Amino acid sequence: MAHHLSIEDVGITFSTPAGPFVALRDVRLGIEKGEFVSIIGHSGCGKTTILNIVAGLNRATIGGVVLENREVNAPGPDRAVVFQNHSLLPWLTVYENVAIAVDKVFAATKSRQERHDWVSHNLKLVQMDHAMDKRPGEISGGMKQRVGIARALAMEPKVLLLDEPFGALDAITRAHLQDSLMEIHGALGNTVIMITHDVDEAVLLSDRIVMMTNGPAATIGEVMDVRLARPRNRLDLADDAEYNHYRAEVLRFLHERQRNPRAA
Amino acid sequence: MRAEAMAIYRKVARKVTSDVTRAPARVSRTARRAAVGRPGPEPAAAAADAGLIPRLIRALAPPLVTLSVVLLAWSFVSTHLAPDIPGPEATFDRAKEVLAHPFYVYGPNDMGIGWQVLYSLGRVLGGFALAVLVGIPVGFLVGMSRGMRRALGPLIQILKPVSPLAWLPIGLLLFKAVDPSAVFVIFITSIWPIILNTAAGVQEIPRDYMNVARVLNLSPGEVAVKILLPAARPHILTGMRLSLGIAWMVIVAAEMLTGGIGIGFYVWDEWNNLNVASIIVAILLIGVVGIALEAAMNWAQRRFDYK
Repeated sequence: MAHHLSIEDVGITFSTPAGPFVALRDVRLGIEKGEFVSIIGHSGCGKTTILNIVAGLNRATIGGVVLENREVNAPGPDRAVVFQNHSLLPWLTVYENVAIAVDKVFAATKSRQERHDWVSHNLKLVQMDHAMDKRPGEISGGMKQRVGIARALAMEPKVLLLDEPFGALDAITRAHLQDSLMEIHGALGNTVIMITHDVDEAVLLSDRIVMMTNGPAATIGEVMDVRLARPRNRLDLADDAEYNHYRAEVLRFLHERQRNPRAA
Repeated sequence: MRAEAMAIYRKVARKVTSDVTRAPARVSRTARRAAVGRPGPEPAAAAADAGLIPRLIRALAPPLVTLSVVLLAWSFVSTHLAPDIPGPEATFDRAKEVLAHPFYVYGPNDMGIGWQVLYSLGRVLGGFALAVLVGIPVGFLVGMSRGMRRALGPLIQILKPVSPLAWLPIGLLLFKAVDPSAVFVIFITSIWPIILNTAAGVQEIPRDYMNVARVLNLSPGEVAVKILLPAARPHILTGMRLSLGIAWMVIVAAEMLTGGIGIGFYVWDEWNNLNVASIIVAILLIGVVGIALEAAMNWAQRRFDYK
């Protein structure tokens, strides 16, 4: 049975003034529909590069990505991206930022009223409907990221790609947004690939954790299933033995087996 | 002449001091009202920070002091150093004459100063509009494409520092008439800030905005209109503002050489008639119009700038 999304033997080499730089090699991963997969690893191990290749923003030198049995090598709204720096357009209001995506993707298939309702619906999903007429300069970092997520979800993507979406936020805001993301994933059942640095975030949110080796020529080191029942509550899991076991496994991978060469 | 200068100084000094001496009386009235029911401090001291009048004084006194210094220096220069330059009083009289009937028309070449200013403004706005229409797209091209930067860069750098007076003969040869030449000179000298600022604005657009456009599969036209233009808008407005300032300066110089109706030509004509007072009045008027143009650009920037 073919995977929903399949990363097949992907490798990428950048040509730099100092010679060819192999960033990734032999990346093989199959993702099923509705799965929440986290990719974790040290800085510079190529996590964002993998995401960019799946998104089509970068082209793999070797191998490719197959989504629903079709190769994808160009960007598109079927693989919507939530960027680390929210990337909201500052001259548009919150509503208009989501609307620009909806109007483009659903120009032919939804009427103007339907598109308006869809924008409002997605903003309500991330609890930003009260700030629809504000500009990005007038809202906090957490709110901006919520709008970024709303914009991505509004494209009804086949795969939702998140590039360290909460990295720039403080711990409390991060916790709120993680809970929101879990709720949305529970409600919509969408396929999600998330890049993160945060071990707790990875274990709490994911069905599977993909642990990358260090760069250069990084590849997938280990893939771990997280078999915690959903819905997950962070307070209940804080004392849970299984949760802590998963956490320890990831930490061990990151700090013992793939020790950051600079720290050694 | 010295008596004249002293008279002016005394007039100005009286005005400044009267502003200051008038203040405590009003201040103490407010202080009295405010001090009702409280153990009274010194009325003047109590209201020292309150009130419109002290703030007005703080705002007006420095420029008024500068004005008095300028008037004094002017009087001194015109009395002792260059007697052909009229002093402030003579200039003020001439200003009254000139501004009394700003829109008279005695003939095709003899019109009031109001008309002169309007004709100049017309040429400026014509040249400026052309500079905007051509400069913004060229700026976009230069900003978006390294090839265009390499192709057009040297040309821009060579033409940018050229004085408008050097362009004038070219303009006259090309267009053979005064108005088109003047508009051409304005265009060719004021287009450079627009091109360079627009290009800078486009080049500074964050990569992430372009990634958003790519994920959405926006067409190149949609990218230009929905992303590039709004993102570069603050830079474009800055370029336009610089360009308008240059254009207004250039028109005066250009009109001196071309003749016709215009504030620059007016200055040259009055110089030929040795009416130096008129020249000074024209200088002040040019400054006032410059302020008005700046104010208009300020309004536009506030209205359209999202930052």
